[in-house]
Amino acid sequence: MPTLYHFLILSFILFLIGVAGVLLRRNIIIVLMSLELIFNSVNISFAAFSYYLQTITGTVFVVFNITIAAAEVAIGLAILVAVYRRRQTVYVDELDEMRG
Amino acid sequence: MELIFFYIFAILAVSSAIAVISIRNPVHSAFFLIICLLQVAAIFILLRAPFLAAVQVFIYVGAVMVLFLFVVLVLDIRKETFKEHMHSQSVSALVIVAALFVIMGFLMFSGKLTVPPGIYNEAALARNTEVIGRLIYTKFVFPFEIVSLILLIALIGAVVLVMRERGRGADRNKPEDI
Repeated sequence: MPTLYHFLILSFILFLIGVAGVLLRRNIIIVLMSLELIFNSVNISFAAFSYYLQTITGTVFVVFNITIAAAEVAIGLAILVAVYRRRQTVYVDELDEMRG
Repeated sequence: MELIFFYIFAILAVSSAIAVISIRNPVHSAFFLIICLLQVAAIFILLRAPFLAAVQVFIYVGAVMVLFLFVVLVLDIRKETFKEHMHSQSVSALVIVAALFVIMGFLMFSGKLTVPPGIYNEAALARNTEVIGRLIYTKFVFPFEIVSLILLIALIGAVVLVMRERGRGADRNKPEDI
């Protein structure tokens, strides 16, 4: 029987991989995929706490979280398509015209 | 027995997540992300939340990843994948990730659960989906309405952002030479 720490450590490792992907990769599509990894690690954490603390609030929150993630992906990919039309690039270090 | 399944799902999820951020071809990354999301759905089943597993498969694998693959194919970036794919700031990024590892690991193992357990034990969670549905429409009805409003905004926003019509949308004041 896995304990709460098993799920927390899995969530932690997935979160770190997601953060590394956001910070390391140049391709903005991979950056968005890494954001999905971070969302999923947070969802695992919520579900694990909800199960081991015997409340249902975390599970309901994961449902809302998945909905928000879907909306975020739709908006992010729409922005990406609009940016690609104008700049013809998907690399984050070439999209620096708003640098302060 | 359950621990063996947990380790199988966890190792598959972590290795496919590493593959997502280290493979050069974005299409292969998307497929590895699909594998990772399916393993997360299996983890939800281990956590006695079959409704979450179904939602995960439907929304993430069914909708979000199809959207990702669609955008990857529309943008036609296959020819650029053999260039350098890491940042120039990779050393500092790795330092930040290592610091996060240390800090969060310390916080995770120094914390203690002080909340008393609630009323939804294993027997009450046998009808998980029914419990979730009843709670969404009673206790969480206000966040539910907010989420529906956010979905509407995201729908309209996505349409407006990619609309290519003369004088409208994101290309309205497009500069001539950039």
